[in-house]
Amino acid sequence: MTVFIIRRLLQAAVVVMLMSVIVFFGVNVIGDPVYMLVSPDADQAEIAATISRLGLDRPIWEQYWLFLKGAAQGDLGNSFIFGEPALQLILQHMPATLELAFSALFLSIALGIPLGLYAGLYPDSRISKTVMAASILGFSLPTFWVGLMLIILFAVELGWLPSTGRGDTVKVLWFHTSLATWDGLQHVFLPALNLALLKISLAIRLTRAGVREAMGQDYVKFARAKGISTRRIISVHVMKNIMIPVVTVMGLEFGSLIGFSVVTESIFAWPGMGKLLIDAILQLDRPIVVAYLMIMVLFFVIINLLVDIIYSLLDPRVRLQDQGA
Amino acid sequence: MTATLEVDGLCTHFFTHAGIVKAVDGVSFSVGKGEIMGLVGESGSGKSITGFSILGLIDPPGRIVSGAIRFQGENIANALDQRLQKLRGNRIAMIFQDPMMTLNPVLRIDTQMIEAILAHEKVDRRTAWERSREALGLVGIPSPEERLHAYPHQLSGGMRQRVAIAIAFLNKPDLIIADEPTTALDVTIQAQIIYEAQKLTRQTGTSMIWISHDLAVVAGLADRIAVMYAGRIVEQGMTDDVIDRPLHPYTIGLLGSVPSANKRGARLFQIEGMAPNMLALPPGCAFAPRCFAATPACSQEPAVQDVAGRQLRCFNPQVQEALS
Amino acid sequence: MSDATLTSPAPRVETPFRRFAAEFFESKIAAGALVMLLVIIVLAVLAPWITPQNPYDLSQVDVFDSRLPPGSDAFAGYTMWLGSDGSGRDLYSAILYGLRISLSVGVVSGLIALVIGMTIGLIAAYAGGRTENLIMRVVDLQLSFPASLVALMLVAILGKGVDKIILALVVAQWAYYARTVRATALVERRKEYVEAAKCLGLSKARIVFRHILPNCLAPLIVVGTVQTASAISLEATLSFLGVGLPQTEPSLGVLIANGFEYMLSGRYWISVFPGLALLATVVSINLVGDHLRDVLNPRLKK
Repeated sequence: MTVFIIRRLLQAAVVVMLMSVIVFFGVNVIGDPVYMLVSPDADQAEIAATISRLGLDRPIWEQYWLFLKGAAQGDLGNSFIFGEPALQLILQHMPATLELAFSALFLSIALGIPLGLYAGLYPDSRISKTVMAASILGFSLPTFWVGLMLIILFAVELGWLPSTGRGDTVKVLWFHTSLATWDGLQHVFLPALNLALLKISLAIRLTRAGVREAMGQDYVKFARAKGISTRRIISVHVMKNIMIPVVTVMGLEFGSLIGFSVVTESIFAWPGMGKLLIDAILQLDRPIVVAYLMIMVLFFVIINLLVDIIYSLLDPRVRLQDQGA
Repeated sequence: MTATLEVDGLCTHFFTHAGIVKAVDGVSFSVGKGEIMGLVGESGSGKSITGFSILGLIDPPGRIVSGAIRFQGENIANALDQRLQKLRGNRIAMIFQDPMMTLNPVLRIDTQMIEAILAHEKVDRRTAWERSREALGLVGIPSPEERLHAYPHQLSGGMRQRVAIAIAFLNKPDLIIADEPTTALDVTIQAQIIYEAQKLTRQTGTSMIWISHDLAVVAGLADRIAVMYAGRIVEQGMTDDVIDRPLHPYTIGLLGSVPSANKRGARLFQIEGMAPNMLALPPGCAFAPRCFAATPACSQEPAVQDVAGRQLRCFNPQVQEALS
Repeated sequence: MSDATLTSPAPRVETPFRRFAAEFFESKIAAGALVMLLVIIVLAVLAPWITPQNPYDLSQVDVFDSRLPPGSDAFAGYTMWLGSDGSGRDLYSAILYGLRISLSVGVVSGLIALVIGMTIGLIAAYAGGRTENLIMRVVDLQLSFPASLVALMLVAILGKGVDKIILALVVAQWAYYARTVRATALVERRKEYVEAAKCLGLSKARIVFRHILPNCLAPLIVVGTVQTASAISLEATLSFLGVGLPQTEPSLGVLIANGFEYMLSGRYWISVFPGLALLATVVSINLVGDHLRDVLNPRLKK
């Protein structure tokens, strides 16, 4: 297991390095580096000063080295708009995004797995067919459009839920969360549902496919032949098997929840990293963009690593292969 | 004394989109206490469905249409699932064909054994664990403690089938239905498994239905043999009688197609034609189109008759020297 | 080899295409989706001839017509069945023009991604060894990031514009095609006919293009339809966020974004109708693609 984790950590480090090259060259070679790193209203002298201060007159590899050195110390440049370190701004906005993403993940699992289980156990029932049709829609509908519809329906027409912002937050342990107040929960529900819609569909389909496959397996029939109750067959024999793919895929999808939150945050004016990114792109606040991209790369690498570890813990076949190796 | 199991006119049909498949169509037999009965037939002849019908494990679109399954005098055909659940694994156990598929891959062996005990008895886990260990020892598994902690994929196919047999014997059932338990195994392991199963049956006095497509396997194991074709038992009798003096042309064909040492050089007998299409069975005797002894009478349905101590469905029993 | 084996088999009444078509139209939903998709394409292509105004010709747009509800009469006399937007454009016209842009961006980026991905996938599958390993590592790496995020990253670096969006969509999607081709080719190249072709001394290129490629077509078509739908949806998303197409290229996403500000004041139609058009397009392509997968994939057949 340790060997496995170390090997994966090394791979992850390679991926982060590779992506830093791509992001760095993307920003500095494809785009105009001065335009990107100096605020647009700077004058000639200021530009010249910045060029030499940032070492833009030096060879590109040396520049990359400087960029890496800065990144290693957590310095990814200052935001033009806020004048604060970009990394710090991103980190400030991260709790809101994580809160949204976790709420969406919770909704996907809490709704998707039971619905998928039902659809898998009773594939011919009317409810199952409705659920499956809805899940096809959930896959096809663009997230932003669903967000708009949710706002029209629940905020404008019915007036049940607020459409924008994060609501009251309270400090729990070391971070602020809106999940602990009624007002906060009301605010988080619509955006979380919007963000979760795709993943609910995914969870339904995964669970249903898994259940249908497992129910036809000999081991389920054998368990029935042993006189095991239907309840135990479903909750132990079937669930333990389908949880492997479901947990793995849903874990991997957590990264895409954070990525997709860009869309949801923009629609619901949710003050997270995604909203920060879009604002930064629109205002040409390039250091924030670079910082966001690097953070996202790191996020994905960590999530992939964690999911791999969880997967190998869940599936005895994988777990033991690794020990043997 | 009543027989352990009496099956009387069992019909299990599958109602598919393409039509009704009469997988089991009027099957009757009985198994006495401690008796081993061999149920033989080609794949698709309905022998496995017969086994699953007894346990009430027929899933839609299939169902038991008519007939009685009397287990120790109680009719359990279409019994409530609650009742069947109490019998399954407890009084009637089953061993499946493919040991690679029957054990749940993500549950440890001990989990899968202990749950089989706890489903039927209120004992503490420790006792259940001890009994599981003993059961593994009985089927010839070395160092059973270690195996109990293992996952199925860590055991070989033969080992897994031994575990499945151990599970079947866990609650000392009165009847075990073994559905081709050795088909998926190597020949040497096959012999060991048959030996273990036979030994345990004799020791515990358990009755057994051994389903197989291989007449040679059943011949060395069963007290009585029933030969199935297209959902019906065509011949049924004591093993020696059926093997030495087969009466039904189909049984003769099956026996003739088994290669053996004393027939070396002789041409293997071959049953002509293909296994029947269960959706479009010919009227009358289903075997008639492939039968060397078919007569116009075979377009009628042959009734079960007693011939020389055997139950037979045939108009033209081959009394003697049919093979020569 | 005798001549007889080289002559083509006798013509069959039931061509593969006919059988395929018959199977496809067995599903009423899929057939309906295909009809809807065709209608959408025809409407988009014919837009300049079947709309009452060219919404981007300023001389035809009247600012007095702005934000009119559906069914109102325009200053110029015709009826605006779907209402008008914030600058007085007839929404029906704007939607059809928007469809043109959305569809062309989706299809063009889909086609380019297909060609690039297919080529890379074929190279990987046939080169084998280190080249294959390297290519597939890159593919896997990219697929571990969602396409939407990759596209967003690219537009963040590249900026706005039709060419840049297409580039971003291509980069975000080529890996799906590469993976599909390589997976199919892996199966195909193990089959006997490739061995046979090798024994006949055919060149590698010939084997790849004449033998492996045709067999990859079915899965490519399936992936192509689904990816095109997601490209259209992705472009709309980016444009809605304001980082996609500029106002001068008003795709459906841009139209929806423009209507967003009026939404809270109850002028729902400015956003909702372009949204419905987008929805109809994406859903119909997905339904067609979904059913194509069922029909073209022999493993799924019962």
